Amino acid sequence: MSLSPPANDILVDLKNVDFAYDTRPILSGINLRIPRGKLVAIMGGSGCGKTTLLRLIGGQLKPTAGHLTVDGQELARLSRREMYAARRRMGMLFQFGALFTDLNVFDNVAFPLREHTDLPPDMIRDLVMTKLHAVGLRGAWKLMPAELSGGMARRVALARAVALDPMLIMYDEPFAGLDPISLAVVGQLIRRLNDALGASSIMVTHDVHESLEIVDYLYFLSAGKVVAEGTPDEIRASTDPFVHQFVNAEIDGPLPFHFPGDDYRTTLMETHA
Amino acid sequence: MIARVLRSMGARTLDGLWRLGFASRFFVAVLMRSGTAFSRFSLTIREVFSTGVLSLIIIMVSGFFVGLVLGLQGYETLQRYGSSEALGILVALSLVRELGPVVAGLLFASRAGSALTAEIGLMKTTEQLKAMDMMAVDPIARVVAPRFWGGVISMPLLAALFSMMGVFGAWFIGVVFIGVDDGAFWSQMQASVDFRYDIVNGIIKSVVFGFAVSLIAVFEGYDSAPTAEGVSRAITRTVVNSALTILALDFVLTSFMFRGNG
Amino acid sequence: MNRTVLDLWVGVFVAIGVAAVLFLALKVGNLASANIGETYRLQANFDNIGGLKPRAPVKSSGVVVGRVTEITFDPTLYVAVVKMDVDKRYVFPRDTFATILTSGLLGEQYIGFEVGGDTEMLAAGATITKTQSAVVLEKLISQFMFNKAAESPQAPEQ
Repeated sequence: MSLSPPANDILVDLKNVDFAYDTRPILSGINLRIPRGKLVAIMGGSGCGKTTLLRLIGGQLKPTAGHLTVDGQELARLSRREMYAARRRMGMLFQFGALFTDLNVFDNVAFPLREHTDLPPDMIRDLVMTKLHAVGLRGAWKLMPAELSGGMARRVALARAVALDPMLIMYDEPFAGLDPISLAVVGQLIRRLNDALGASSIMVTHDVHESLEIVDYLYFLSAGKVVAEGTPDEIRASTDPFVHQFVNAEIDGPLPFHFPGDDYRTTLMETHA
Repeated sequence: MIARVLRSMGARTLDGLWRLGFASRFFVAVLMRSGTAFSRFSLTIREVFSTGVLSLIIIMVSGFFVGLVLGLQGYETLQRYGSSEALGILVALSLVRELGPVVAGLLFASRAGSALTAEIGLMKTTEQLKAMDMMAVDPIARVVAPRFWGGVISMPLLAALFSMMGVFGAWFIGVVFIGVDDGAFWSQMQASVDFRYDIVNGIIKSVVFGFAVSLIAVFEGYDSAPTAEGVSRAITRTVVNSALTILALDFVLTSFMFRGNG
Repeated sequence: MNRTVLDLWVGVFVAIGVAAVLFLALKVGNLASANIGETYRLQANFDNIGGLKPRAPVKSSGVVVGRVTEITFDPTLYVAVVKMDVDKRYVFPRDTFATILTSGLLGEQYIGFEVGGDTEMLAAGATITKTQSAVVLEKLISQFMFNKAAESPQAPEQ
């Protein structure tokens, strides 16, 4: 592993984390580390537990087993108040932005500032405008979320996620449903914001090619397990069958095309019987 | 076959109990985290606007029409006994004690309650509640509690307005159109409607209904399945459960308040 | 915090809501007219109270002067004990006559005070001794019918 920094440089550390909804296991034995200042991608097919992993790191779910620390704090042990204190230093971009539909762009970005600080209105205005400028939407401050395109909404949500200058930014499928240009714009923004804010970022996505361009490290998840990891160069050169299938978008491979079921022939026989 | 029916009944009962327990815990959580709704009262004022002000027209128009009908029907019956001046009593008592709180409550559930459920359900579907939670802002304190208290504040005022419009409606049809004596209409009404006994009890009813409907509405929204279908089902449940709850509570309250000695 | 148009609307709403409550209290209800402030308690025993109910008015010369608060049965004397709250502003002589009356033929029953000439007044907690029970309509009718029957025994059956 080319990336093995000392322990205090690790912002997010997962050791043997299991998670199950009721009795249905979603994640098992996850070992994953996010170094400070780096942009890490968690990749995998739909339904492999990527988003659950993000919810665990954000403290919205608790692991059923294992240890999960963010900035040295074990999240599962925190009280509600302490959890909220920890979350003030996290920003999350939701899959479709999750902008507040009853507030305009400006108020959306101002929301965390107004909730958590007592800053005077003109200072809030300056801060909001700075964040909106960073995502290139300063001119759109008056628009309502319904008037924004998907890419614009994503960028506004990004501005909102970084409004409090978080130490950890999480992205849930930041590229889903975007056209190639918006996708490249959002990708570049994620990289630039990470470096400009000195934050660390986790990006959950299934877009391999855009990720390989911008991230520092990748984890591959399948069926609730980490199946491969490495820097973009290592991943490109990897001979691992799973990585190969994923990067080259092959239909069949370690990830089967068919959902597990009865034998095809048996099923056909049954319907004719 | 029977086993399956029993099993599904058992599952439904269990599910119902589960929801009831969750709803109770939710209610306590809303009450415990209501600090924001009062310390930042403008949040609650916004909700008084959307539940109260926006329900004004429907409440007032319905109240007036209910009054018109009560006036007509009441007169029809009373004049057979030669006591058409008692129209005021009949209308005022039925409105203040029963129809005001109950019908206003039902209208409130379908106008404001469904809107509350839809709003919160939609915020859940589009992950706005989760986003808020991730921003270290408690959605129950910031979104649910102000809406709940807005509803609780609006409901008694709407019920009083409904009753007032109803009395006007009955006066309009009885006195202006049919020609019941104006003085008798008001004075008989005043002689028989007791402030503490009738009006305060009516207001208590509307406050209780306000709590019940607002709680059901915000709970169904918060508990809805995060899909378009889930939200629409939650809205239906809000209206149905509110109506049933209002009628059941009305029976309980009435049997406590008016033990057949009115 | 700024004032907004929304605040105005909510203000209007609350104002007319409160106005409606006031309207119900003053115009529909009896808060203004028959509101009895300070009261004192009187008691009277009746052989038969008919349909008298708690909260029924107590009237003197047709003016409401109080309300019935409680009706109980005295198992030793076999009489109904009616307690009522009477307005402090009015005092009545000790020989006041309490009668259970009916307003109109089918109206509500109330207690009427007919004032006597005693110089001593009823004090709080006093019992009115001179009472007349309710007229029970069924009794009146059956009496009337029996009389009729006794008058004309050969009356044809209907």
